Amino acid sequence: MSHCELITGNEAAAYAVKLVKPHVIAAYPITPQTSLSEKISLYIESGEIKAEYVTVESEHSAMTVLISASTMGARTFTATSANGLLYMHEQLHWAAGSRLPIVMCCVNRGVGAPWSIFNDQQDSFSQRDAGWIQMYCRNNQEIIDTVIQAYRIAEEVYIPVMVCYDGFILSHTMMPVEIPEESLVQEFLPPYTPHTEISPESPKTVNPVFFPWRRENHEGVLCDGYMEKRYKLQDALLHSADIIRRTNRDFAAMFGRDWGGMTWEYRTDDADIFIVGMGSLAMEATVAADELRRGGIRAGVLGIRVFRPFPCREVADALRGARAIIVFEKCVSYGQTGGFSTDLKAALYGTGITAPLHNYVAGLGGRDVKARELTEAVEGSLTAIDGGDGEHKTVWLNCFTG
Amino acid sequence: MQEILWYGRGGQGVVLAAQILAESAFLQGYRGVTSAPMFGPERRGAPLTASTRISPESIRIVSQIEAADISVVLDESLMDIMSVAGRTRKGGLLIINTARTCGDFTIDGDFRIAVVDAARIAREKHMFFGGLPTVNTPLLGALARVSGIISLDYIEKGLKMKMPDTHAYSNFEAIKTAFERTRVTQEGT
Repeated sequence: MSHCELITGNEAAAYAVKLVKPHVIAAYPITPQTSLSEKISLYIESGEIKAEYVTVESEHSAMTVLISASTMGARTFTATSANGLLYMHEQLHWAAGSRLPIVMCCVNRGVGAPWSIFNDQQDSFSQRDAGWIQMYCRNNQEIIDTVIQAYRIAEEVYIPVMVCYDGFILSHTMMPVEIPEESLVQEFLPPYTPHTEISPESPKTVNPVFFPWRRENHEGVLCDGYMEKRYKLQDALLHSADIIRRTNRDFAAMFGRDWGGMTWEYRTDDADIFIVGMGSLAMEATVAADELRRGGIRAGVLGIRVFRPFPCREVADALRGARAIIVFEKCVSYGQTGGFSTDLKAALYGTGITAPLHNYVAGLGGRDVKARELTEAVEGSLTAIDGGDGEHKTVWLNCFTG
Repeated sequence: MQEILWYGRGGQGVVLAAQILAESAFLQGYRGVTSAPMFGPERRGAPLTASTRISPESIRIVSQIEAADISVVLDESLMDIMSVAGRTRKGGLLIINTARTCGDFTIDGDFRIAVVDAARIAREKHMFFGGLPTVNTPLLGALARVSGIISLDYIEKGLKMKMPDTHAYSNFEAIKTAFERTRVTQEGT
């Protein structure tokens, strides 16, 4: 039977790893991920996880170990944060290009320099174009449920999945979490079958140099060139949205918790003011929406659960009736604007949605963001918008910019 | 929602106390319970805080506590260097581990003050951690006595979630003594 425990986000992730029974784990400790890899080590020591734990000297090696193991048909797991993720960068591309269903937790932390161990989402955002699926969690229950879902998604579409959640804010905060029943998880998650079988009896070269053109192999079969391989990754990523939606529905049917698939909404039925965000900040924004409604403003929240593939259909559907779109985001596309809002604007182009969009860069390097401050920011934006100012605007919230 | 801030020093079990309260409250039936340490690196002896939020409804707030309904001070020397009273809400409660009496504290603020000599209780019970008297768990007894949000029975149950039964037994003995010895003022006096 399932049961409820008060656990941190990192403990929730470790619990999920125990339930999905991976074969190979390799991780290098880094704050705020460390207590997750520690917990997994304890599970392995106690025999509760029967996996090979490969100790490595770096995150680059951690991902390389998983690439090899996953190629051979092992279910794999790793986790990291911030500069550790950046150190993995080359192998992130390699994992996606190799179409390996590796699952990784990114415990979101600000990127140096200057050093910060505190939370924002610049680390995973900066890996946006590596070809991974990226999912963001709003609380610890969603972490355990999303890690389980991530394996089914990854192993169905052969794309690695990054499960992202806010460092400290979730990773180190205890909250009630319903632990899914182990037998149900086994039923939900079929065994992993690799797309290519490799063994000493059937040796193959994987991902050698591809030429610009397509080429016949030794059997005379015309094979993909580099560009076809890359197109297939893009095509699979775009189509993975359907798999993510279906996986969420199946999960909800089996475990009774519906996380919304690509996005989630809060009090949006009659909303004309939309607050948009990812992760725990979007959850805090639901409290702001309640406050705004008490003041007569019909506010709702559009939470982004999946950032890659981008939820184009969901955001266009949700924001159709928006009079104003207010984005709060913990990432920046340096030289452009807030990281998430840049993509959101691109997704809205051509949809006929022309509502003014104000984006607030917030909470970088762990700066606290309170529901009250989100409320005030929305009210400030509405004063400008209602005063006839239809321009898009970027503001760094709680930041001395003078 | 009740917001509780714990003030102590690295090594005093500040985070553990905040977590035991969370476990106890959850077992008592509160649906919304969260507990967090002060975010960042930890160092023995350094001032630190931990928090517990308790609510009948599930909690959607993850930002830090601005002002506490209940402040619990494990080391009273921190009151000179941290704004403990200033972060305690009007109508709230300030619980201090001290050998002094309530009347010895001249604090401006519209809240009740409760005192208990947790260090003395720990010494009487031979409860030491890292050479220092264990003051974190006795303060849970003081909290059960004066806060009105948690019962002693559930503190005992919560304790058992976080430590082996033999430790829970001796800690609960200290908690019960603290419960009896806690003294409280009326608001502002």
